[in-house]
Amino acid sequence: MTAPTAAGVLPTYVLRLADDLLINAQRLSEFITRGPELEEELAIANTALDNLGVAQQLYEYVSELEGGARTADEIAFLRAEREFTNCLLVEQPHADFADVMGRQFFLDAWHCELWPALESSGDATLAAVAAKAAKEARYHFRHSAGWVIRLGDGTVESAKRMQRALNTLWKFTGELTTADELDRRAAAQGSGVDPSDLQAAWQDRVGEMLDEAQLTVPADRYQATGGRSGRHTEHLGHLLAEMQFMQRAYPGMEW
Amino acid sequence: MVTSPRLDAVRAIVSEVRDPELPSLTIQDLGVLREVRFEGETVVVSITPTYSGCPALGVIAEDITAALRSHSFESRVETVLSPAWTTDWMSEAARAKLMDAGVGAPGSRTCPNCDSDQTRSLSEYGSTACQALHVCESCSETFPYFKTHR
Repeated sequence: MTAPTAAGVLPTYVLRLADDLLINAQRLSEFITRGPELEEELAIANTALDNLGVAQQLYEYVSELEGGARTADEIAFLRAEREFTNCLLVEQPHADFADVMGRQFFLDAWHCELWPALESSGDATLAAVAAKAAKEARYHFRHSAGWVIRLGDGTVESAKRMQRALNTLWKFTGELTTADELDRRAAAQGSGVDPSDLQAAWQDRVGEMLDEAQLTVPADRYQATGGRSGRHTEHLGHLLAEMQFMQRAYPGMEW
Repeated sequence: MVTSPRLDAVRAIVSEVRDPELPSLTIQDLGVLREVRFEGETVVVSITPTYSGCPALGVIAEDITAALRSHSFESRVETVLSPAWTTDWMSEAARAKLMDAGVGAPGSRTCPNCDSDQTRSLSEYGSTACQALHVCESCSETFPYFKTHR
């Protein structure tokens, strides 16, 4: 990926925030009709909708910053896998309800730190989107952390599955709080935040909940990265194939 | 607040637009309506979303445009995000209307069906982004509850 110009830092930075939310929303949507109970389907669908709403606002802002060269829909539905800069965590598939909640728990914990920090962004639009997203993230976290605690402190089987999910996903969490060149430039411009500044707070938030859940913070030190520069796990391509199918098959289609 | 007979008239039209999901409440009641002003001959209406992904917002914008057009006003609807919407902006009248419609008011434990305060959360999410599902221990009825958001 070529380094953006000074003017390109903000749209590129906003794009990665939006990509995390869109891909996560798509993953969550896959669980609709597969939830353990109706209330959970509603919860998961609502969380996906909140994420999608923030993503849409951010893509529209990217489109505006780019001078309207692409619409929000084109950015979401006509980019290839290597052009997505979401973190690897959100594209990870799930086979079990514990996988869904584990992925959401790590992400919500991150958003509970990220959005409040971005509320003081020097960019007024980003600050306004962040202020709304921060409230929603706290609600989502209460839900996902609630399930991590219930499953962790539940039966032998539920604790085993929850711990397994956390262990599997752990290697994708380091990327959330690892700063790259773009993060540092966005932070230096006053529009973004350096994610490594939020690392300790994220770790504390996660650790506190896992303690309560009687689960163990995974010890695996290997951390996979690459999502921020478009190098994804094999799962993203399959997700995009489904998500982008309509626009690819029927270019320009609108509802 | 700037007032003039013409502005008061369009404000009255716009503030009567209803939420498509909770039709007993107007957008004024909900705190979704932020500002109405004239730019030349065009009415400019600012609204704010309750939740980021609330699908009702697009319908509300269309309803505002249609209501003003039926009174021969041209309009433009703008979305403002800051300051972020909170349930604290809902009026007492709005809370009473919610209860009348069978929806628990934000921050209240009172059952909209039997007025008991022996209620509890059944699910933190409900049929729309702004609602959860509560149940009353006294009358055993479940009811939608408007989530506290601040």
